[in-house]
Amino acid sequence: MTLFEEITEHFSDPIFDRHSRLGDATVILSRDALPGVIRFLREEKRFDFLMDLTICDGGMEKSPRFEAVYHLFAFERKERLRLKVPVEEFDPHLPTLTGEYRNADWLEREAWDMFGVRFDGHPDLRRLLMYPGFEGHPLRKDYPKDRRQPRIGPGSTPATAFEREPALPERLGKALTAAGVADPGEEIMYLNMGPSHPAMHGVVRVMAALKGETITASDVEIGYMHRCFEKEAETHSYMGVIPYTDRLNYVSPLINNVGYVMAVEKLFGVTTPERCRYIRVILSEISRIVDHLTCIGAFAMELGAFTVFLYLMKARESLYELIGEVTGARLTTSYTRIGGLRGDLPPGFDGECRAAFRKIRKDISECDRLLTRNRIFYDRMRGVGVISAADAISFGFTGPCLRASGVSHDVRKSSPYLIYDRLDFEVPLGTEGDNYDRYLVRIAEMEQSMRIVEQALADLPDGPVNLDDRRMTLPPKEEVYNSIEGLMNHFKLIMDGHGIRPPAGEAYFPVEGGNGELGFYVVSDGSGIPARVRVRAPCFHMISALSYLIRGQMIADVVPIFGTLNMIAGELDR
Amino acid sequence: MGIEQLIGRKALTTRLDAAVGWARKYSLFQYPFATACCSMEYMSVACAHYDIDRFGAGLPRWSPRQADLLMVVGTVSHKLAPILRQVYDQMCNPKWVFSFGVCATSGGFYNNYATVQGIDTILPVDIYVAGCPPRPEAVLDGLIKLQEKIRNEKQQY
Repeated sequence: MTLFEEITEHFSDPIFDRHSRLGDATVILSRDALPGVIRFLREEKRFDFLMDLTICDGGMEKSPRFEAVYHLFAFERKERLRLKVPVEEFDPHLPTLTGEYRNADWLEREAWDMFGVRFDGHPDLRRLLMYPGFEGHPLRKDYPKDRRQPRIGPGSTPATAFEREPALPERLGKALTAAGVADPGEEIMYLNMGPSHPAMHGVVRVMAALKGETITASDVEIGYMHRCFEKEAETHSYMGVIPYTDRLNYVSPLINNVGYVMAVEKLFGVTTPERCRYIRVILSEISRIVDHLTCIGAFAMELGAFTVFLYLMKARESLYELIGEVTGARLTTSYTRIGGLRGDLPPGFDGECRAAFRKIRKDISECDRLLTRNRIFYDRMRGVGVISAADAISFGFTGPCLRASGVSHDVRKSSPYLIYDRLDFEVPLGTEGDNYDRYLVRIAEMEQSMRIVEQALADLPDGPVNLDDRRMTLPPKEEVYNSIEGLMNHFKLIMDGHGIRPPAGEAYFPVEGGNGELGFYVVSDGSGIPARVRVRAPCFHMISALSYLIRGQMIADVVPIFGTLNMIAGELDR
Repeated sequence: MGIEQLIGRKALTTRLDAAVGWARKYSLFQYPFATACCSMEYMSVACAHYDIDRFGAGLPRWSPRQADLLMVVGTVSHKLAPILRQVYDQMCNPKWVFSFGVCATSGGFYNNYATVQGIDTILPVDIYVAGCPPRPEAVLDGLIKLQEKIRNEKQQY
């Protein structure tokens, strides 16, 4: 019996439809059926992960206007399922899932903030990314992209003013009650960290209520770096979105490039040439090493190990030089294209890459000798920020942070893309799920990434790097300059109002990003501009657990816990 | 009789403004207000490879009270703008502002409801460095330009 048949057997009438396009099983159901179906799927069918929750706005003329999209993942069977719930414009509310999945808390708050869809029964439904006093819901199609509501300076109003923010005792009242502190009294000290704090690399704000040095309750505020990736994507061509994906996770931009481009390729139903897939793997893994080097370097520095930071930045610099030779940019690479790559690898890349790896291995072993058995480091990391496997899954952890809790989920293994199924590599696991394990997993992963690159370099095939498909890749320049067909084809792919047009439909494509499953959900309505691009950011889910992780810890422990979660503001706040 | 004979070789004469300017230009204590992608390049500039220390600006201060150079590194959103202004207000005089990258300078390619279209709408800026993100060499060039400006300024004491 298929999964859908089982669902229809249990819940007869409110299921509207199902389809399975492009390999994604989708069930469309009514909002009344949602809680029951979700409970059934989670408990009976082991869909442990709520990977993502988002809303799609079809525009004012569509009825029902909104569509809530839930992405579920059954970790043991490696099965994915998408649930879609239509929501009417005049009555925008949905039942909450906070009782089933813990990361639903922030996901629902974000959906309320961005789209104005209420969630009945949500314990604390308030804005997440925008500030109090912000009027309207910016990701709705009828909110103009450039309608600004500043808090200071020209154009600010009393409603949006900075001074209107609630004070800390008021903000933490609810969290304190939840923590069992009925009467805060005088012995509670309120402490604000951030949004620009030396230990918070990036802009995030932690508001804590302290008893002595112990955190009894806290509230984490994000959204200080909200740059409207999704709104920008809805107003640019498919090609034009690629530079924006660089700046989502700016520590490993190449993986983001690959993820977005592969989601669009999935809409087209094409696969890229062999050589292109090898090069994408090589560059993704180099990016992963950069990501881990930066993460370890930054939190080591925040714990006082400045030497480690200098060593690892030295290692990162040699990789940046390598990436710069390939892509022309150190950081914002924009290297992939829909259907291929911007260009081939430069001559001599093989040798340079191996030389860089020799240097990096030396730097990592130096870092290892400085940190791994260092008494101070060990004491501050071991047993701090512990998260159990069950909690990590419920919070939607993926990547090194999940694997440190002992759960072997790696997108490269569970749903292999590109050429990962042909490569020989291991997935390092932790046992305790504390800071120290997260550190060790990252150190071990860098070695595995280097192994992958070396294997891919050894059997890198010859051939073209771009697909010969005129719907998405630009024609060769000699055709553009010498034939009218070539010129028209170029024009059609480049000009405003034309561009690359995937067939109408939707695709979710997950890749293994630097700190977890990075998924792009792209909806096409057949025009040259994406109807919706949603990014499933790995660190969003981890930062949603930060408040839970630091409860009961000392104030100084916030620094390593926050550091090992590897927050990247660009993708956290979108 | 020249002044050299009067004071021998034990002193150096100069204008006080020039002396103070020279001292200030080589003792910049920066407050890195790092938000986004540019902070990756900021890290590169601050580390051994590009070594901002050669220019006398190697000591980041994590408190506005101890800093005299506010480096705004990355995108500033409307949610963050009042905090940036507060940090600037808390810094002691004399102080300078360094706009690092196009997002801080003009909003970059984020022309939307959340992003401040240039930090000069909320505070005065001394130097703008272009690039998304700027290469470390560009940052160092901007720093040298700022040092020139500091040296030639009418100093406040």
